Amino acid sequence: MRIAINAEEAAKLVPDGASVMVAGFLGVGTPERLVEALVARGARGLTVIGNDTARPGLGIGKLIDAGCVARVVASHIGTNPVTQRKMLAGEIQVDLVPQGTLAERIRAGGAGLGGVLTPTGVGTAAADGKRVIELDGREFLLEPPLRADVALLHAHEADHFFNLAYRLTATNFNPVMALAADCVIAEADEVVPIGVIPPDAVRTSGILVDYLVARGR
Amino acid sequence: MSMDAKELIARRVALELHNRTLVNLGIGLPTLVARYVPPGIRVAFQSENGILGFDTRPPEGMENPDLTDAGGSPISALPGAWSFDSATSFALIRGGHLDMTVLGGLQVDAAGRLANWMVPGRMVAGMGGAMDLVVGARRVVVAMQHAAKGEPKIVPELTLPPTAARRITLVVTDLAVIEPTDEGLLLRERAPGVTVDQIVAATGAQMLIRGTVPEMPIAPAPEGAPG
Repeated sequence: MRIAINAEEAAKLVPDGASVMVAGFLGVGTPERLVEALVARGARGLTVIGNDTARPGLGIGKLIDAGCVARVVASHIGTNPVTQRKMLAGEIQVDLVPQGTLAERIRAGGAGLGGVLTPTGVGTAAADGKRVIELDGREFLLEPPLRADVALLHAHEADHFFNLAYRLTATNFNPVMALAADCVIAEADEVVPIGVIPPDAVRTSGILVDYLVARGR
Repeated sequence: MSMDAKELIARRVALELHNRTLVNLGIGLPTLVARYVPPGIRVAFQSENGILGFDTRPPEGMENPDLTDAGGSPISALPGAWSFDSATSFALIRGGHLDMTVLGGLQVDAAGRLANWMVPGRMVAGMGGAMDLVVGARRVVVAMQHAAKGEPKIVPELTLPPTAARRITLVVTDLAVIEPTDEGLLLRERAPGVTVDQIVAATGAQMLIRGTVPEMPIAPAPEGAPG
């Protein structure tokens, strides 16, 4: 039997200066209680890897507001004026990565690949400093794999083995991030007995999940 | 019938929807296109945050926080919809499975290149999924106002950072429909009541004008909708 922890205990597992993948898309599929616990702990100097920084007061935006973040790796910050202001003021470093490239870099990081070749970004600012590789007359960027110290996930359901099931568009980066971090912490809306999530519906095996923060804990 | 510029653009772009195709609509103006799918045309819309087969906003009070489009607005899933993770979403986009994307634009140049993700020093939004969409979709339609604050958005050469090296398929504005070709920008259609001279005056780049330029057709307004 595995024991769920509370969000406060989970926040202690994320040291200052850590690289942290935070799942979600504009806050949808982001583990809000884990984010809030990091803010409450007063985390500092984090490198946050996520699709976007949502909005002030929402999802990763809460970490930005509270000054927890030194660096952001994301595809989009246009919905969060605080991120933009802190970037222009030099308080936060922002590395912009095309969304599909971000997903594939994380996937590669979790899949043991040395990188990915993508046509996305060739001839644009996304190619700066990247190797261009020509194959069969087509140009590709060599994009390195991406891993993190910690991944923070949000699931709709978790069972007692920590198997995870996601729902609709709250899935987004959760399944790929689950494979790409040394420590995986998941937050779930519902906890159900083993077997309630059938094998075909398990999107992330509990084998990959180190800690679970159950509802209301 | 009164119609604003955005509605006109959306109703013209809607005629580019082909039956039984997969289409991604960008945030903002392109989202409006979903309202004007012509009768008899069935398309599946994909949203890069991870769903294929969705409809516009659900009835009031029926919103689900786990079901939104890429702009974060609540949507409804249709029978037969599929939800998936971000890596799968962009496999669809880059892998040749997406028939068309409709995107907003800041600039399009004479070579048909698009800039739509940043204005150095002013707006640093990030590219989101735009670079993948322009590289991966079979057809890229840019839906934008012809000019911004009196400045042409169709220019000889991009002054803003490009979204991709690829030549886009079609530009639809409140004044014209323009197709980038090997020879240059071809003026295909003009908006109702707009003259070729007015389009030329509002366009920063040279255009090819061949014979009489027809007025742009538009998709009908849906039944029961205003306008």
